Amino acid sequence: MRVRSNPEMVIGYGDDLKLFRSRFMQVAMIVLLVLFLFLPMQVDDFWLGVMNFVAIFAIGGIGLNLLTGYTGQVSLGHAFFVAVGAFSAAYLGGQLDWPMWLWLPAAALLGALLGAIIGPIALRLSGNYLAIVTLGLLFLGEHIFSNWRSVTGGSFGRNVNAPLAIGPIDFADLDLFGTTYSRQQGLFWLLWFAVAVTALIAKNIVRSRPGRAMQAIRDRDIAAEVVGVSLLRYKLGAFAISSAMAAVAGAFYGAAIQQFVSPAEFGGQLGLILSIQFIAVIIIGGLGTIYGAILGAIVVGALPRIIQEFSSSLPFLISGPGDDGILSVASFNNMVFGLLIIVFLLAEPLGLAALWMRLKAYFKFWPFSY
Amino acid sequence: MTEFLQLLVGGVALGSKYALVALGFVIIFKATGVINFAQGGFVMLGAYLTYNFRVTWGLPFVFAVILAVIATAFSGLVVERLILRRMVGRPPFALIMITVGMLFILQEIVTLIWGFEGHDLGDPWGISTIQVGDVFIRVADLWTVAITLAVVVAFFAFFRFTSLGLAMRATALDQEAALAQGMSAKRVFASSWAISGAVAALAGVTIAAGLSGGVNPQVQFLALLAFPAIILGGLDSPGGAVVGGIIIGLTQNLTAGYQKEYAAFLGDGFQSVMPFVVMVLVLLVRPYGLFGTKEVKRI
Repeated sequence: MRVRSNPEMVIGYGDDLKLFRSRFMQVAMIVLLVLFLFLPMQVDDFWLGVMNFVAIFAIGGIGLNLLTGYTGQVSLGHAFFVAVGAFSAAYLGGQLDWPMWLWLPAAALLGALLGAIIGPIALRLSGNYLAIVTLGLLFLGEHIFSNWRSVTGGSFGRNVNAPLAIGPIDFADLDLFGTTYSRQQGLFWLLWFAVAVTALIAKNIVRSRPGRAMQAIRDRDIAAEVVGVSLLRYKLGAFAISSAMAAVAGAFYGAAIQQFVSPAEFGGQLGLILSIQFIAVIIIGGLGTIYGAILGAIVVGALPRIIQEFSSSLPFLISGPGDDGILSVASFNNMVFGLLIIVFLLAEPLGLAALWMRLKAYFKFWPFSY
Repeated sequence: MTEFLQLLVGGVALGSKYALVALGFVIIFKATGVINFAQGGFVMLGAYLTYNFRVTWGLPFVFAVILAVIATAFSGLVVERLILRRMVGRPPFALIMITVGMLFILQEIVTLIWGFEGHDLGDPWGISTIQVGDVFIRVADLWTVAITLAVVVAFFAFFRFTSLGLAMRATALDQEAALAQGMSAKRVFASSWAISGAVAALAGVTIAAGLSGGVNPQVQFLALLAFPAIILGGLDSPGGAVVGGIIIGLTQNLTAGYQKEYAAFLGDGFQSVMPFVVMVLVLLVRPYGLFGTKEVKRI
C-alpha cells in the first residue's frame, strides 16, 4: 500500500480526476452553499439584482471558457448564441407559453445545434480566420433576427413573458412555507443554482476524457490528431456545449433580467461589445479555469452597475440629463473594459485565477515562500 | 444597362474604401502577425483629425489631410511602442484581444473629444458629380479611387525598391533569419504600425467624404465591413486586400441594387451582410483566402 504523507498530493491518475481535490475545496463548497441559501435574506434588492446579472455572465463565461480557454478556439460570436437563447425564451416561453422545464432545455438545444453547425467551419479555419468568421456571425444574426418578424418581433424586439416556474414553485414570485420573497430573491436562487449546475457540467467535462482531448487540441491540434484525438468530434462538441451554455445565459437574460429582447442588442456593434464582454470575463478571470470564469463574471457583470450607482459621486461622469460631466456612463464602462483587457493581458495573462494560485502557493509553502 | 453601370461605378468606389482599410490591416499582419481590430479606431481618428484641422483650425484641405496622416501615423507608433512591443511572441488570441481593448479606448477617446454627432468634413468635393454618358459619377468617388490607386502604387514601389521595404518583406518571411541578417525587427514593427496608421487616416478621409452624415462614429463601422475584404484576399497579401476590397464593394453595391427585385425573401438590408456571406463561402473553399499563404503546420 502506498503511503500518503500529504492527503493533497497527487500520486495517481485517480487523484487527478477528483471533483474536489483538497479539504480546502470541500470546506469552500460548504461555505458557498451556505452563502447561496442565506445571502438573499441579508442583501437588499439592488445588490441581488447586480448578483443576478453576474450570474448571467458566469453561465455564458463558463461556456466561452470551455471553447476558448480549454479548446483554444477564438470566438467573437458568443453574443449570437446568447441572442438565440433570448429569442427562444421570448418565442417558446413567452409566445407559445411553454413551461420553464421545456423552454430552457429547448433554448439550450437550439444553441447547441447552431453551435454544431459552426464546428465544422472551425475544423477548416484556424485562429485569426476563425475569429473573423465568428464576427460575421454577429452581423448575419442581426439580419436574420430583424427580418424573421413572426418569431423575433422584427427590429423593434419583443417582450419576454416566459414563465419562471418549476411546477408549483414560481421563482419570479416566490412563496415558500408561508413566507413571500421578492422577485430578486427568487431569481437569485434560480440563477445561481443554474450557475452551479453549469459549473458542475463544465468541471465534469474538463476533468474527464473530453476535457483532456480539448486541452490537447488547444496546445497543438496536429499533435492531438496524431495521438488519436478526433478534431471534428471535440471541436464540434466544444462549440455545441459552449453555445448551449451561451443560449441558457441568453434565455435567462431575456426572461429573468431584461424581460425584453431586440436584435440590435445582440447583433452588429452592440453584439461585438457583448461578445467582448464575455471574452473580458474569461481574460480577467483566467483562461482555462472554471472558477476563473465566475470571478471574471463578478468583475465584468458588477462593474457597470457599480459605476452607474456611484456615477453621481464621480465628477467626470454624466449621471443624468443636465449633469456637467464629460463622459457618459456607457462610454466610461467601455473604456474601463478596454483598459482591463489590456492591463490583464500585459501584466497577468492568466487572470485573477493566477493571482489566487500564487496566493495559495505562498501560504502553502510558508515560511518558504519563494 | 445604365443602372448596372451606375452600380458598378459605385461598387468600385466603395470597394476602394474597403481596400484602403484592408491595406492597413494587411501591412501590420504581414510584418507582425497581429490582426489589428483597432484599425477602425485609427480610421475614425484620421477622419476626425482631418475635420479638426480643416474646419476647426481652418487649414486648407490638402494640408489638413497631410497633417492628419502624419498624426495618425504617429499614434500608430505610440501604440506599437507602449503596448504591442510587450506582446511579441504571445498567442494570436491575446494579440487579437489586446487590439480589441485598444479599439474600445480609442473610440471612446475620439467621441470624448469630438462628441457623437456628425460633422461636415469640409472636403472640396461635396456632392458634386460629373456625367459620363448616362452614368453619374461623384467627384468624391473619383478621388477615392485615385487615392487608393496612388497608395497601392506607392506600396508596391516601397516594398520593391526601398531597403526598409526589403527588411519588412524579409521579417514577414522569417523573423529570426531577418534578425540574423542584421535587420532591426523593432524598426520594422514600428514602421509597419506607422504606415498602417497613415493609410488608415486616408481611408478615414475617403469614407467620411462619401458619407452622408460626414464625420461620425459610424466611420469605424465600415472598417468592420472591411474584414471580409482582407479575409477574402488572404490576410498577408496586399494585392489580395485590394482585390478583396473591390470584390466586396461590387457585390455589396450590386446586392443593394438587385436583391429587392430578384431575391426579396432574403430580407431588407441584405447588402450589409452580403460581405460576410461571400467571405464564409470563399473561406469554405479556400481556408486562407484567395491569395493568402497557407500556414505550414508542424508537430
